[in-house]
Amino acid sequence: MFDAYEIRKDFPILSKLIEGKRNTYLDTAASAQKPCSVINRMVKAYEEEYANVHRGSYWLSDTATANYENARKLVQTFINASKKEEIIFTRGATEGINLMASSWGNKNIGSGDEILISKAEHHANLVPWQQLALKKGACLKYFDLGEDGDFILDNFIKALSDKTKIVAVSAMSNVLGTIFDVKKVVSEAHKVGAKVLIDACQFAVHKKIDVIDMNADFLVFSGHKLYGPTGVGVLYGKYDLLCETPPYQFGGDMIEHVYYDRTTFTLPPARFEAGTPAIVQAIGLGEAIEYLMKFDFCEIEEYENMLIKYTTDRLLEIDNLKIIGNAKNKGGVFSFDIKGIHPQDLAFVLGKEGVGVRTGHFCAEPLVKELGYNSLTRASLGIYSVKEDIDVLIKTLQKAKLLLT
Amino acid sequence: MSIETLVDDFSFLDAWEDKYKYLIELGAGLPKLDDSKKLDEWKVEGCQSQVWLIPHIDGENLFFEGDSDAIIVRGIIAVVFEIFKDKSAQEILNIDVEEIFARMGLKEHITPNRRSGMLSMVDKIKYYAQQKLKD
Repeated sequence: MFDAYEIRKDFPILSKLIEGKRNTYLDTAASAQKPCSVINRMVKAYEEEYANVHRGSYWLSDTATANYENARKLVQTFINASKKEEIIFTRGATEGINLMASSWGNKNIGSGDEILISKAEHHANLVPWQQLALKKGACLKYFDLGEDGDFILDNFIKALSDKTKIVAVSAMSNVLGTIFDVKKVVSEAHKVGAKVLIDACQFAVHKKIDVIDMNADFLVFSGHKLYGPTGVGVLYGKYDLLCETPPYQFGGDMIEHVYYDRTTFTLPPARFEAGTPAIVQAIGLGEAIEYLMKFDFCEIEEYENMLIKYTTDRLLEIDNLKIIGNAKNKGGVFSFDIKGIHPQDLAFVLGKEGVGVRTGHFCAEPLVKELGYNSLTRASLGIYSVKEDIDVLIKTLQKAKLLLT
Repeated sequence: MSIETLVDDFSFLDAWEDKYKYLIELGAGLPKLDDSKKLDEWKVEGCQSQVWLIPHIDGENLFFEGDSDAIIVRGIIAVVFEIFKDKSAQEILNIDVEEIFARMGLKEHITPNRRSGMLSMVDKIKYYAQQKLKD
């Protein structure tokens, strides 16, 4: 049975006082806290099993390599990929998208081609495509969401054309919380011959990823949002597509043979992992996945839906508070505005009471501006979030209102 | 009001609520910048709220006009202006703002956290001072 109070015990930071106050961590959408098992696993890797991977022929190097490759296998299982060679370790989701835009995009996007993304993309899934379009004379198109932030299939279909070469969408918006119907996105995009990249950074934390069921061509997520370490992320790609994609960076471990005048490159995933990878971070990510796989994702969802409803109801108790993003299908992300109070002032006060929230445009500046704001406040949930977190948030918001108005 | 009085006032206030109330009060006393002056040219990038800073030269000294759309931030601007009041460019460059904020118990507002920190405004003031010395 899913018990968030038991889960909290696995995360040492949650029981630490923050300047004497209870740690009310509501910024998991920016980065999640780490369970003991992940922290301990990384310490063990450094203390007992550390050497460079894919190189030496001695016990430490063999062990480090086996652990690193086992992490790849765990990611494969976690997202239900067909083979572990479809899993590329990157520095993070941002690097995964940059890799695709640079390498795949450089080869496959030409003048007059169209790249389609939603209006709610994170800068990491906007700027790389924008820069690619500018470089290639291609057109970056955006499709609108509904008034409440809902994904509207019709808007998406209307924006597709036979010139669309790639569709890049988030499976869950980091600003609005909207869950996108990625299966429909993929099937419609494939009808016009476009490939699809899914940004699953937020989605991965809340829902089960199944790349075969989604039929996604490419998918990225980051380790640090998934209760794993920073500095590591995953790019998944269908193997034949990865094989057709040229290298992104050049260096050690990604070559087959090097001659003074030319180089032949190895197959994926090594082709895309130039240099010494984030070995211990990848092992930590594997451990985070093992931690998560102990849970039933249906139970996580059920619990989260309860907490989403509770949070929504309690936020709406506050006068002049408007939740931005009320899609019918949404995850645990609450962006809001309180009329007459600047989010920066609000965040100062919340911070003093141990409440960690995010303020600003959440790396989605065009969207937040289009919604009519310069800045918003965002509270977001993780598997360790409980009603008390929300109660402290509401109490502190009330206090902040008194102080700031 | 001298900066030492401000430091005394702030260090006397233990509770963060009182410090913030005082900042808000100081901010309320900061003259508002006319909308026509809120140009992108004067925007301090890197602050999470909108902050404008306009430098003026008065003989050897520099003085500033500034504003923000956040009220605690306005208070911080008022404190920063107090610190740099009636100072020459060289004096401005010599002042350790972080140390003064630490004594006031407000040091987290002058840390390099680019979202909430006001360090970019202090950097901008020092930049203008540097430019003045070059002229």
